Amino acid sequence: MEEEATKYIWEGAIPLQIKLHESEITSFPPPPPLMILGLRIGYLPLLVPPLKAHFSSTLPPGTDNVWFDYKGLPLKWYIPTGVLFDLLCAEPERPWNLTVHFRGSPGDVLTPCEGEESVKWSYINSLKEAAYVINGNCKNVMNMSQADQYDLWQSLLKGNMEGYLKISSKLKLGPFGEDSLPSEESEIVASSRPSRIPVRLYIRSVGEEIVDIEDAPIIDSWDKISYINRPFEIYKEEGGYVSLKQALKSLLPETFNTNSSQEESSTNVKDPNAPDFEDDNAKLRLVRVQGIEPDMDIPFFWLANCLRNPEFYLHICVFISKQPKLR
Amino acid sequence: MRGVCTRSGSLSAADFYASAIYFSQRWNETNSDFPNWVWIPCSRLGAISEDEGYLVLEKIKLQTERNDSNLEELNNCDSSANDDLTDEATLVDVHSHDAHLYDLHIAYSFTYKVPVLYFRGYKSDGCHLSLDEIKEELPSHSVEILQKSKWTFMTQEEHPYLNTPWYTLHPCGTGDWMKLLLSSTSYGENISLIQYLPAWLSVIGQTVGLRVPLELYSRS
Repeated sequence: MEEEATKYIWEGAIPLQIKLHESEITSFPPPPPLMILGLRIGYLPLLVPPLKAHFSSTLPPGTDNVWFDYKGLPLKWYIPTGVLFDLLCAEPERPWNLTVHFRGSPGDVLTPCEGEESVKWSYINSLKEAAYVINGNCKNVMNMSQADQYDLWQSLLKGNMEGYLKISSKLKLGPFGEDSLPSEESEIVASSRPSRIPVRLYIRSVGEEIVDIEDAPIIDSWDKISYINRPFEIYKEEGGYVSLKQALKSLLPETFNTNSSQEESSTNVKDPNAPDFEDDNAKLRLVRVQGIEPDMDIPFFWLANCLRNPEFYLHICVFISKQPKLR
Repeated sequence: MRGVCTRSGSLSAADFYASAIYFSQRWNETNSDFPNWVWIPCSRLGAISEDEGYLVLEKIKLQTERNDSNLEELNNCDSSANDDLTDEATLVDVHSHDAHLYDLHIAYSFTYKVPVLYFRGYKSDGCHLSLDEIKEELPSHSVEILQKSKWTFMTQEEHPYLNTPWYTLHPCGTGDWMKLLLSSTSYGENISLIQYLPAWLSVIGQTVGLRVPLELYSRS
């Protein structure tokens, strides 16, 4: 079952229609947009070679400094393409219309991307981080041979799942949490170290008045999105069944404070200037992982094992509405 | 959850918060000539967190090669006023026109369970300094630490709370060297985790030319 899921993820791709920003078009008639598939597990800068080939004849002179935008929002190049799509298109757009720029990357907003090397570094860094979350150290990634690192990266570039699995299996980073499920053997020693799963949460707040998520307004600034890079932790004694909903609540405790627990904690010192959000429930409007809206009762470990990205991170896009305060 | 992680070199988020508040209070008490460290709580989805956030120290001058040459002039004028315990950067003329200023932020990494330093430098006209320009001005021993140590290297990454690129010292080695530092005899066996941040900064500060006054380490 997990093999099928891995295949699904590796084959997943977003149909993209990428046009060149009008300020960089020096020819008439303007070049048509490029229609290209972006791998869900891939990254936008990796599409630069075919984009460059397609647009080079019309580009103004100068050095390339490639970046992308969606409806004016500069796109963070180190977020996998599938995650960007799930997060930014409340209503999935097919094809997804993006704009590419070859000049003038907004350095005050975007960390610079110097092509494939930058993406590779970011990917390996995330892999190291995931290894640290899972094992408490990154030795297995640090000790990868140059050849293995090269092959791993090439497999990702080309969407070669078998090649990737051959090398990633040597890292022994999965599956998640098998030992956190109670079994007769595991009761022997309850280790003091929790099981940790690498998770990256991207949260959009949607007004209560928006009935259909698909009508959510376009994101015009990354300040409207909360990004939480925090491992999900569970102690073995607690182990067993953890649902996706429970996992999200534990990752976002202040968002999901229930009114009943607020009565208990009324003696907590509160910032007098803080809005009374702590009294509110937040309502989960939509949860997307790899383009799927999973059932909230799905076992979280199973979800993580099936739908994680190649760098071992589970990326979850969450749309939340804040409930109005009860009086 | 409060951890007793001194042996591992890491600390829990709750301990980071406690240590950050303690550290900023001690700094502000012992270092009145210098700007204060300020705790900025994390604000997410309209809710201000009670214990998640980061420390900021902004628009400061670091002990850089450029500032050191200014410092020499002051030293020559009045060497008796120098006290080794004082942060020398405070003696630099704050009105010099070509001063480079820095913002330093300290945030917590939930992955590595250690503090992380984020920093940016500016020219007097507000233009950001590039990493190469920053490295050029760091004191030579800082550059040496950066080049030789497998534990610290500078990269450019997105700030965990602001959507902007900052320079940072990668935290993956921090737990290892903090473990060594905390277990060394000069700190004793019973170092409270509240002292974590001053201890951490005593090392990290050296890589960016930030001097930490010794009074910070006296137990009060």
